[in-house]
Amino acid sequence: MARPLSCQEIVELVTDYIEGALPRRDRKRFEEHIAGCDGCRTYLAQMRTTIIRVGRLTEETIPPAARDKFLEVFRDWRTA
Amino acid sequence: MPRKVRGPDAALIASLRAGDESAFTSLVDMYSAAMLRLARMYVRTQAAAEDVVQEAWLGVLKGLDRFEGRSSLKTWIFRILTNLAKTRGERESRSVPFSSLGTDGEDGEGRAVDPDRFFPPGSESVGAWASPPTPWEDVPEERLLSHETQDFVAKTIEMLPEQQRTVITLRDVEGWSSEEVRNVLDITETNQRVLLHRARSKVRAALERYLDQGQTDG
Repeated sequence: MARPLSCQEIVELVTDYIEGALPRRDRKRFEEHIAGCDGCRTYLAQMRTTIIRVGRLTEETIPPAARDKFLEVFRDWRTA
Repeated sequence: MPRKVRGPDAALIASLRAGDESAFTSLVDMYSAAMLRLARMYVRTQAAAEDVVQEAWLGVLKGLDRFEGRSSLKTWIFRILTNLAKTRGERESRSVPFSSLGTDGEDGEGRAVDPDRFFPPGSESVGAWASPPTPWEDVPEERLLSHETQDFVAKTIEMLPEQQRTVITLRDVEGWSSEEVRNVLDITETNQRVLLHRARSKVRAALERYLDQGQTDG
């Protein structure tokens, strides 16, 4: 039997867990801990919320003057 | 003779090689915002970042005939960009090359959570939460989704060490896969994950402090 993981270990494994990078055995230990621990379930939920919040930061704007410069590259290249 | 390209980028490459300006325009619109953001991490000013992106687009066009589609077009474009941005950044002596990265990254300790929040060694429940996080389900949605909170998250990311900032920006802001990040930044899967872990953990911790504060403020 593998030793149960502590909460302090769980918070360091959370990214590996979310990324699907934990070996199967560790994944099982992780999930066994989470199932019985409110604090770590909350922590995991907060990490997921954090990822979603960070994902809302994209601004899809290119400054118009810069865009013109980039497009000009094509015309210069074609006439070169 | 241009190299033959297979795969999902084949049609786009063919159009570009044939001199189709609209194909180039769509590419510029698709990637330039992300390219500017990425370039900005290596160089000091927005103007320098724009120069780098412009140079990268020229590099892309000049290299079109050599592109074989062994990586995706996107990965190839961003590799050209990061190489140029790095060179420029080194001239400005701002950037730390990713290749010099140790597993410990840039900041010494690197714990996801303050050790004081767990029971210390010697106590019966060593390593268990002494001060567990409070669920964010109780935070009013309009506060979690507010502009202020978004600004706070953006500022937190800006203050991260460069490598962590780059990885979290590409993975979580731009939505890239770990493979794309690895290929463009030339780092190992493990390094990628360590940097992502540090970055995400810090943003979570900062957000927790920020949201808890709001609770006590009323």
